[in-house]
Formats: sequence, structure tokens, C-alpha cells
Amino acid sequence: MTREESTMGPLLAVKDLRVHFAIRSESPWPWTPKRALKAVDGVSFDLHAGETLGIVGESGCGKSTLARALINLVPITAGSVAWHGEEMRGATAQQWQAKRKAVQMIFQDPLASLDPRMTVSQIIGEPLRTHCPELTPAEHQERVLAMMLRVGLTAQQINRYPHEFSGGQCQRIGIARALILKPQVVICDEPVSALDVSIQAQIINLLKELQAEMGLALIFIAHDLAVVKHISQRVMVMYLGRAMEIAEKHALYDTPRHPYTQALLSAIPVPDPRLERAKTLRLLQGDLPSPVNPPSGCVFCTRCPKATADCGQERPALRQLTEQTQCACILD
Amino acid sequence: MHLMEVKQLGVQFQTPDGVVSAVNGIGFTLDRGETLGIVGESGSGKSQSVLAIMGLLAANGRATGEVLYNGKDLISMPVADLNRIRGNRVAMIFQDPMTSLNPYLTVERQMTEVLEFHKGMSRREARAKAIQALDAVKMPEAARRIMMYPHEFSGGMRQRVMIAMALLCEPDVLIADEPTTALDVTVQAQILVLMRELQRDFGTAIVMITHDLGVVAGLCDEVMVLYGGQVMEQGSAEAIFYKPSHPYTAGLLAAVPRLEGGDAPMIAIPGAPPNMARLPTGCPFAERCVMALTQCESVRPVLGAAGHDAQVLRACHLSFDDVTQGLQRLKSGQGAVP
Repeated sequence: MTREESTMGPLLAVKDLRVHFAIRSESPWPWTPKRALKAVDGVSFDLHAGETLGIVGESGCGKSTLARALINLVPITAGSVAWHGEEMRGATAQQWQAKRKAVQMIFQDPLASLDPRMTVSQIIGEPLRTHCPELTPAEHQERVLAMMLRVGLTAQQINRYPHEFSGGQCQRIGIARALILKPQVVICDEPVSALDVSIQAQIINLLKELQAEMGLALIFIAHDLAVVKHISQRVMVMYLGRAMEIAEKHALYDTPRHPYTQALLSAIPVPDPRLERAKTLRLLQGDLPSPVNPPSGCVFCTRCPKATADCGQERPALRQLTEQTQCACILD
Repeated sequence: MHLMEVKQLGVQFQTPDGVVSAVNGIGFTLDRGETLGIVGESGSGKSQSVLAIMGLLAANGRATGEVLYNGKDLISMPVADLNRIRGNRVAMIFQDPMTSLNPYLTVERQMTEVLEFHKGMSRREARAKAIQALDAVKMPEAARRIMMYPHEFSGGMRQRVMIAMALLCEPDVLIADEPTTALDVTVQAQILVLMRELQRDFGTAIVMITHDLGVVAGLCDEVMVLYGGQVMEQGSAEAIFYKPSHPYTAGLLAAVPRLEGGDAPMIAIPGAPPNMARLPTGCPFAERCVMALTQCESVRPVLGAAGHDAQVLRACHLSFDDVTQGLQRLKSGQGAVP
């Protein structure tokens, strides 16, 4: 969906979002300047109803912090997060509570995100108890059961505890818990990275089906570009707390514009011996710099194969290159 | 004589719930410069089989079968003899470089210890050799960094230290247990290129354990596919990737998300991996196999030469043609492009 088509405006509008964490100074002197870890440093994007935005990046790029900031699980340092056009920065706990009915989250570690002392029915029913206390016990039970069946669990499993389930089934419980309130947006933070390949495909297909059925918008965070490709319409590539490129899926995978996106795509091993051995690798040198002391100018310039002297001067802003692609690189 | 020959290797664990067979009769041969990939999902027994080769099983574990290294059996060997071989002629790198390095010792101490023990070098010689090894794995400023502690390195650099340490004695066999799983893709690519170069330069044979079929495709000559502690299919990388003859291999290849290809739904394998404490009497994959016959549930298929390719071993009651046709139906039914 393009911006013109949506009459309602975006479901979620994020502008120049920053999340900084204060870290303890190593110097004993009170006049040394305070240091901050810039986990998210100026990210802007929109999310429209029914759309899937994929967010990819390596560990430490700030993708999980970004997801958490969107629903106030970590405090926002600067910038704006607007759900349905309503500015949420500085909102009270009650205002957030009301919003969270429409915005749910699925977490990475399927077992760790379920309370080991609660049964499946209690876990899936908990959002209903919080947000819909007016339901009768019978209605409550009925909705829990319907949701369980929908995500591929069986009615016999309703009184079991999380440890009795495999990783894939635990993730199904997590999905049921997120969807029982019929939210408009689900933020999925690496929902399949802890699962085996054969189970991954089950969960991705389930999420896609449920999205089509319920008209969900998804924010899908992953470090695996191939998984993201299967579920997203648009993809944002993050590096060191900043968006490097935001593009429509096919544009991003067919003609990646940012050198980091190109490197990331070429680094993925292809499960095909002839292709994999023939491909040209664009190896990145070195490791991710510290987000406490990010490089000046473009944050990627220390590892960028195409970097010039100008790259270290000024931080490039995200520019609209084509209709589908926004890219933060001065070379393009 | 092969450099390493594994015959009928099995691993059993004594648990409060009875005996659990984690690995059942796997075998392979390895020659100089060869790379074997062992692929499988969590719980398939891939890590336990190599831990058994190295004599590193947990106290309640027991290995059966034979692991012949230059004709000598590592499993029945006394620990003192084994200690002269492992770390020296047969080395291993582990998945998580942080937990497998000693956090209390500098990298220098950990690396020189290996050389002092196996090669009887003095500390000074060992240090020079260790710096050389770090240079070989492209560690920048090796001479300075060797004095640092493991926590001062990034994940990729730590894995380089592990690889350098494993290669110190120029081993004949390097066993790598998911060496890149904990790393980011761009760092993984660096490490894989490094392993390929080291193999070319030193002629080391590598056993690569991974769940990532992409890693196998880039590195391995031979591939073994494990499921439920048993070999499902074993053969050259070409055969396994282009002509999978076992429903599990075919399903696994179809389930891998790919960058190329269309937007069709991914082909998932239904169900969940088996409980190793209660393995079915038949084929361990039978309950998830869409092509399963009635006999698959009761009769365990024997690993044997495949009809279509003499180099491939497979354990399946179905014929190669049945599997190929079944896979075609599965893909067309789901509307996927092969």
C-alpha cells in the first residue's frame, strides 16, 4: 500500500525515534561528560494497516530495542511514536494499557516467554482477563479454545504446562496469546530464530494465514533475510541503531542499494552447492563498532567496502532514491 | 587405510527414565583434505556423535562401536593415550566460543598450554608459534591481542581464537560443532572463508556439524543427514542437494527459506521431532513423513546403497522414484516453484 492510498493515515508513524541508555562513566570525576549507549538513533518509518514490515540487522543493531520502544517496554529518549495518529511519547501508563489491546508482541524464546507455572489456558486467557474482564467464564473458555485450535493446538492440551510442549508448540501458544484480543498490529521479535528449519516454515505459514484472516499488520524482526523475505512487503535494514535502507521487498532483494544491504545479502549461505561455490562474496572487514562510540559520519563507514573520505564527515539521511527505495548513503 | 573411519558408532545415556539412545550406528570415512557435513535438527544426535569421537561424553553417556584414527580405536583407548591424540592430531571447535574458552586465563596462556603439553615447547617458542597461528586466522595485531582475556574479544574474534587454538598442532582432523551458529551472517561468511583457506593450506580434514544447509553447500564434499539419532541419507553434496532420495532430506531442503524464488508458502514438515527416550520401533521420521507407508511405522529401514546412485546410502522403504514423485506432488499441491 502506498501512502496516497491509505485514507486513514498510517497505523503507526515513527519519527526520528531515539533510545539511549545511560551507562556508568569509567572516570571517577563528576565533570566528565555522561556517556550513552545509542541503541536506536534516529529511526523513522510508517506502518499501514494489514502490511508487514520486516526489520533485519545483525545482533546489536537495535532492532529489538526499537520493537520494545514502540510499545513503551523501554523508555523513549527522543522522537515520536504515534499509534493511529495519537502521539504516545509521554503517555501515561493507562493510555499505554488501552493501546496495548490493539498492539501485541511475540517473543524470540518461546519457552522463556511463557510463565512455567501457568497452564496453557491461563496463559492464552490472561490478555482477556486484563482487557475484557466483562466476559463470562464460559465465553472466556470458548475464546481460548477457539484460538488454541486456530493455531494448531488441540483441545486436550488446554490444561498442560509450557514445559510439556516442544519449541514450535510453545511458539504457537505465544501466537495464540498475542492474537486472542484480535489486535491490529503484532510485533514479532525474532519469532522463529530459536526453532528448527522444519518448524520455522510451519510458524511462518501460520503467521501468514492468520494475517490474511484477521487483517493484521506485522512488524517482523529477524536476522535471517531469507525468512523476512517470505513474510514482508517492505523491509528495513538496520545497522548500529540506524536505518540503512527501507525498501519494498522485491526492490530490496533484487537491487539492494546500500553497501551494507549488499554485503548482508551476499553473506547468506545459499543451500545449493553450485550457486554457493560460484558466488562472489563481498566480505566485510572487522566487527560491529561499539554503539557507545559510533563512528563519525556514516556509522557503516569503518567496514564499508566503498567508503570514501567524505563518508566520515556527515551522517547521511535516509533519502528517497526511487519510488520503492529509501537509502542512507551519500554514494548513491 | 582411511585417516579416520567410524563404524557403527552409538551413544547411550543412562537417565532416571531409562536408557536413551542418542545415536544409533552411524559410520563414515574421512581422508586428508576432505570435508564431511553432519546435518540435523536439534536432538538429532549430531553433537553427541562427535563428542563420543572425542571421548567427551557426559558421565552418564557410553559410546559403542569403533572410531579408528590411523587404525587405532579411540573409543577403547586409555585416556592417557587419547589425550595425546585429541587436541593434537584431532582437534575440535565448539559452538559458543565464550563458554569454551577459560575466562580466567589470557589467550596466550590457553594457547601456549596446548603446545607445551603436546609438543614440549618452551613458553617462548610456544608464544611465537601461537602468535603465528593468530596471524594465520587473520587476527589483527596478534602480538598485542594475545595478552588479552577472552571477554575482551568480539564473538567473531573469539571464534578465530578457537580456530587458531585448534590448528596449533596442525591436526589431521578438525571437528567443528556449529562453529558459526552463534555468529552474525557477515561474520559467519568471514569464518567460513577462513576455514576454506586453512583447509586448502594445511590439508586438514574437517567434520562440520551444522543445521544450516547453506553452510554445508559451501563447504562440504560429503553430507550425512541425521534424524532421531539415525542416518537418513549419506552421500556426496551434489547427490544430497540435487537428488535427495529420502523424504526427510527432501523436506528439509524444501523447508529452508531461500532468497531466490517466489512468494509461495514455505513447505513445512508437519509435526515435531521425536522424543529420544521413546523412539518409535519403525523409522523415526515415519510419523512426520507425508509419504509414509504402513510398514514404515513398524519396520526400521536399514541403511543401504541406493538404487539410483551407488555412492549414496539411504534408509527408507520407499524407492527413489517414489520419493521424487511424492516431492513433486507436494510442491505442485502447495503451488511452489521447485
